[in-house]
Amino acid sequence: MEKGPHPNPLPAIRLRPKAGFGGQKGGARGLTASVEAARMSSEKFISIEGIAKRYPGADGGKIAVFENLWLSMVRGEFVCVIGHSGCGKTTVLNILAGLDEPSDGTVIVDGQAIEGTSLDRAVIFQSHALLPWRTVLGNVAYAVTSKWRNWDRARVKAHAQSFIDLVGLTGAEHKRPSELSGGMKQRVGIARALSITPKIMLMDEPFSALDALTRGTLQDEVRRICLETGQTAFMITHDVDEAIYLADRIFLMTNGPGAVLAEIVENPLPKDRGRFDLHRHPLYYAVRNHVVDFLVSRSKSFAAEVPAHDPRNVPVVRIGRPELVIASVSEAMHEESKQTSWPGQTRPSTSS
Amino acid sequence: MTTSLRFRAAIVSVALFLAFIGIWHLATRGTASVATMSPEYAKLMGATATEGKSAMPGPSEVGAKLWEHLKRPFYDNGPNDKGLGIQLGYSIARVGLGYLLAVMVAIPLGFLIGMSPLISKALDPFIQVLKPISPLAWMPLALYTIKDSGISAIFVIFICSVWPMLLNTAFGVASVRKEWINVARTLEVGTLRRAFTVILPAAAPTILTGMRISIGIAWLVIVAAEMLVGGTGIGYFVWNEWNNLSITNVIIAILLIGIVGMLLDQVLARFTRMVTFPE
Repeated sequence: MEKGPHPNPLPAIRLRPKAGFGGQKGGARGLTASVEAARMSSEKFISIEGIAKRYPGADGGKIAVFENLWLSMVRGEFVCVIGHSGCGKTTVLNILAGLDEPSDGTVIVDGQAIEGTSLDRAVIFQSHALLPWRTVLGNVAYAVTSKWRNWDRARVKAHAQSFIDLVGLTGAEHKRPSELSGGMKQRVGIARALSITPKIMLMDEPFSALDALTRGTLQDEVRRICLETGQTAFMITHDVDEAIYLADRIFLMTNGPGAVLAEIVENPLPKDRGRFDLHRHPLYYAVRNHVVDFLVSRSKSFAAEVPAHDPRNVPVVRIGRPELVIASVSEAMHEESKQTSWPGQTRPSTSS
Repeated sequence: MTTSLRFRAAIVSVALFLAFIGIWHLATRGTASVATMSPEYAKLMGATATEGKSAMPGPSEVGAKLWEHLKRPFYDNGPNDKGLGIQLGYSIARVGLGYLLAVMVAIPLGFLIGMSPLISKALDPFIQVLKPISPLAWMPLALYTIKDSGISAIFVIFICSVWPMLLNTAFGVASVRKEWINVARTLEVGTLRRAFTVILPAAAPTILTGMRISIGIAWLVIVAAEMLVGGTGIGYFVWNEWNNLSITNVIIAILLIGIVGMLLDQVLARFTRMVTFPE
């Protein structure tokens, strides 16, 4: 690499550090430090403790989507969950949101076990879920009046407007959702979720229905907003690149039924990463390949290969750090799957 | 393009109308086969026998009579001779009253059925049995218990218009998108506020469709009901004129029943458009 192992600072610094408005103060760098400190002192902001979800099976028995799932997040952290369809990602998110109840176990947020939904936990829905009979402003104002019941009309409007401006929809306040493009609708969904200044944002594949360009812009927006406001975010995605761009940690889930949280991949990329040169980072492909390898092969065979998997002590993968642990399973078992599908060539090197 | 299509459609409509009037006129004019008879007898028998004129009134007679009615819609010459405006007024008032009662019962009950699977399942057998009963079958029971023919007619209107509204409201409420409900849930919106701010607007187009079906049925049933209970109303007018053998008046009444029914439907269609939202 002619640029050296770590082309930093990246040219595309997209942060606009200013005082946050969600109660969290401090710029992005201060936040990174606090996230790190919080993790060190193992202060869990969100703690999912041994939850299970079972559905009645066909023969009277119960089918468990997942059993004994443990995971925790610290304040201000951005976590992405990746796994194949049917692994229960959405169920985890719905339980976290309070829309669904676990068959077993508890979820503790900010030191309290959750009971039902809460205005502290905002959800950005995959299908944006805007109320089509309300305008953009009406949709956001609905959330604002739900949180602050006694605010007068002008105050609600001003508050809603500030969040419409934040997501870049100034001028479209009086349009109805049917007049908006998919990307604009999802922006309204984001504005609605942020307008209630939640402690946590829960996102269920928020950008999967959008085209690639719009998705990229919205990823930038979400990243900027989350860093500015110190938002704790939990996002489900199918898009590996999206996860690497947005997440501080990536949670890998195996296939359901009986899904487990197999690994936690710590994102080695710098916090002030930009979307346009992300892929030039020397560790980018190592992370990407690790995640893709997991999705392609190990997510299926994980349960058989690691029978001693401890759901309370999920291996943490730190790529590119001294204690490199790319795979917690033996390399020999994966020689076969690591054969290239283009004979005669070796796999491209992922490190410089 | 649209205006030209509408214009062309209007031309075809007018042409069809004129063709219908023309055929009607030709079919009902005198056949000119005059029977020979004494003048006194001919006077007794009328034009049908003497000039071979059809017993069916032609368009010109109906038109003239209609004009007469339209000039004096609200006269009242005693129980058997009232203006058409008064008769229609009675019918519309009965329909309005019975329909309003049905709205007041069907929409809250439909909400309850739509929101509670338990109530829905519990009430389902009753609704399934009561719904297919012809509204007029209730008439004797209504007359016996209420003992007032006017109120019985209103009851019959109520019972016939309640079912489409009830079922449509229940269906509309039950099929509100889960994601909209979830939005309200994540915003900690209370049940009552959720019902008014999410479920009602979301179900409103379906509810209004039910109301539109109901007003149509109510207007169909009032004519039959008034034929039975008698006294006043456009249905009574039709039967009374049949007894008078005034086919001209019967035809006029039929025409007016159609026009009023169309207007009622249009009013509800307008309301439906007001609450319909594009997705």
